[in-house]
Amino acid sequence: MRILKLQKKDLFPFLEVISKEADLWAPVAKGDKFAFERIQNFSEIAMNTTRTILPPKKIMVPSSFNMFNVTEKGYKEDLSHVTQRILFGIHSCDIHGLLTLDKLFAQAYPDPYYLEPRKKTLILGLSCWPDEHCFCKSTNTHIVEEGYDLYFTDLKSYFLVWIGSSRGDDLIRLAPDIFDDNLTEKDIQTYIQWQSERDKSFTTEINFTRMPDLMELNYKAPFWEEVGTACLACGSCTMVCPTCNCYDVVDKQYLGVKPTQLTTVFGGPPKAVGYFVNCVGLTPFFGQRIRHWDSCTLPEYSEVAGGENFREKKSERLRLWYTHKLQAYVSKYGKPSCVGCGRCLVTCPVQINVKSVTAALEGEKIEAFWKRLSQEVTK
Amino acid sequence: MNGQNKSLAETNPFTPEPARIIRTYHLTDDVKFFQVRFVDMDKALAFKYKPGQFAMLSILGTGEAPFSISSTPSRPGLLEFCIRRAGTVTNALFRLQENSLVGLRGPYGNGFPVEEMKSKDIVIVVGGLGAAPLRSVLLYSLDNRDQFGRVAVLYGSKRPAEMIFREEYFALKQRPDLECHLAVDADDTGKWTENVGVVTTLFPHLKKVDTHNTYALVCGPPVMYKYVIRELIKLNIPKNQILMTLERRMKCGVGKCGHCAIDYIYTCLDGPVFTYWDVIHMRELI
Repeated sequence: MRILKLQKKDLFPFLEVISKEADLWAPVAKGDKFAFERIQNFSEIAMNTTRTILPPKKIMVPSSFNMFNVTEKGYKEDLSHVTQRILFGIHSCDIHGLLTLDKLFAQAYPDPYYLEPRKKTLILGLSCWPDEHCFCKSTNTHIVEEGYDLYFTDLKSYFLVWIGSSRGDDLIRLAPDIFDDNLTEKDIQTYIQWQSERDKSFTTEINFTRMPDLMELNYKAPFWEEVGTACLACGSCTMVCPTCNCYDVVDKQYLGVKPTQLTTVFGGPPKAVGYFVNCVGLTPFFGQRIRHWDSCTLPEYSEVAGGENFREKKSERLRLWYTHKLQAYVSKYGKPSCVGCGRCLVTCPVQINVKSVTAALEGEKIEAFWKRLSQEVTK
Repeated sequence: MNGQNKSLAETNPFTPEPARIIRTYHLTDDVKFFQVRFVDMDKALAFKYKPGQFAMLSILGTGEAPFSISSTPSRPGLLEFCIRRAGTVTNALFRLQENSLVGLRGPYGNGFPVEEMKSKDIVIVVGGLGAAPLRSVLLYSLDNRDQFGRVAVLYGSKRPAEMIFREEYFALKQRPDLECHLAVDADDTGKWTENVGVVTTLFPHLKKVDTHNTYALVCGPPVMYKYVIRELIKLNIPKNQILMTLERRMKCGVGKCGHCAIDYIYTCLDGPVFTYWDVIHMRELI
C-alpha cells in the first residue's frame, strides 16, 4: 500500500481540486450534531466530528426514491439518484457499515439501486477520536483494511494518507506536488503513539463474542417484555443504524393532473398507466414505484394482507432486531452486524440500545427508568 | 441516465416483465383463478420453476405482492395463480379483465425438493387456500405419476362453496392410483357427500403409511399447522420429511427488503418451503 504525508493546510486545496471531478459530500455541523451534506463552501466542512446523525447509507440509497416510472407499456427503471460522488470524512465504523451493506445487496440478486451509487462514490475516510458512546474497538471496526479509496489519519499537524484503491491513486495524481512520500522513523513513532492513545480512550466496551449464545439462551427471558413495554416503536434505532437495510415499496398514483404538470417528477411528460371513468369522462393516471426506508420495529412490519401479523408485539420486533445484529449475522458472516458507531445510544429516547440490551443479556438488572418513562408517556 | 444503463436494466432483478391475464374466473366468492403469460413468448417458455416457488405480481400503478404459483412446471408456457381478495393489490387485480397487462418477475424461493421426493410416497395435507401452492406439486406428481410412489391428498375447507378446484378433486377421487379424502368444517348445503369435520378428522381414513419412505406436504391457515403436525408425528413421519410452505410479508422477493426475515434466514431465499425440524430449530416460523 502507498502511504503519503499531507500537511494540514493542503487538505482543503486538495479537496477543492478533486471536487471538480464529482460532487463532494462531507460532514457539516447541524446544531450540536453533524450530518453528511453536499459541500458548496469548504468552510462548512466539520473536521473533528463524532458520528453524523444519519450514516452514509443515506447517500447510497436515499430515504425515499423512485425505482420505476410506470407507463401503459410497463415498468421503466429510474436510476436518477445515481451520480458521481466523493464522500469525505467518513469514519472507520461507517466504512465497515458500508462493507456490511455491500455483502447483503450484492448477494444472490445484486441490487443496482444500491450497488450503482456505491460504485460511483469515492470513499475518503478520516480517522477520529472516540467519545463516551463509541465502542468500535469492541466490534473490531476501529481499523479499516479495505472499503476506502483514501484514508486520512490525523496526526495533529499533518495527515498520513493511505491509498486503498487505484481510483484513490488517481485522485492523488490530480495534485501530486502537495503529497510527500518520504516517511521517516519519527512519522512511524507518531502514528504508533496516536494509535495507542486512541485505543486507550474507549470507555464503552462490549463482549460481542458471547452474544450469539446469550441471545439463544435468553430467547424467552422476561426482560424482552419489559424492553417491549418501554419501546416507543418509533423506528429511530433502525433509521440511524449504518447496517440496517430494510425498505418498503409503495406505488404512487398521480390522479387528475395533466402530463405536463408532471414533467419535473418524471423527467418529461409521462404517459398514462390507465384511465378512471368518472362523471367528466376519462381521467388518466400516472404511476411511480417508490422505495423508502422501513423499520422492523414498526407495527406493520410483518403484517400480511388479510390482517395476519407475525410480529404483533413490540418485544417480538425488538428481539428480531437484536437477533439480526448480534446473532444471525454472526452465523452467516462470522461477526456482528453492529459496527460500534454508538448512534442507537444517542438516538433512542428510552435508552434501548446495543449497550443496554447486551448488558441485560449478560444478566444486568434493567434500569427501572424504561418502565417509568413508558408509563409517563401513556399517562 | 436511463439510456446509459441499458445493460443494467436487463439485469435489474426488480423489473417486472410485461405479462397478460389470459383467463380469469371466480373459484369462490373471494378467490379468483388467474392464468397469466409473459407477453414475450420466448420468456414465457424460458420461465423455469419448481413446484412451491412463488412470483411477484405487479398491478400497474397500484403495487406488487408475492403469490405462490399454482400451475405445474410440467405444463410450460402459462402460469396460474389462485388469489384471495385481501388487500390493495388483490383488490385491484380482481378488477382486471382478461387481456389486461400486469407485471411479473420470478420465480423465487426454494420450492419443494421434488428430486428428493421422487420414488417416495407423498401425503398432501391442505387447508383452505393452501391448495394454491400445493396444487403445483400435486399436478407435478400426477404428470410424472410413474416417478412417485403412493400419492394421497387430504383436503379440508370451511364449507363446500369454499373448496377451490372442487371438481378437480372429485375427479381425482375416481383415479385408482391416488387416494383423495375431502372434508368440510360445516355443510351448509345439505348435499355434501364427503366427510364433515376439520382436516385432521381425515387422518383415520388414510391407508397405513410407510413412514420413512413418506414425505408430508402441508399448507393452510396458520392455526392448522399445530394440529396437522401432531397427526403426522403420530404417524412417525420424520421431522425433516414434513414440509410446509409459509406466508410472510415480502416487498422484494430477493433477500433485500428484510420483511420476511426469521432468525438468520429470509423466507424469500431460504423458504417458503420449510421442514418441521426448521420450525423447531428457528422457533418463529409458525
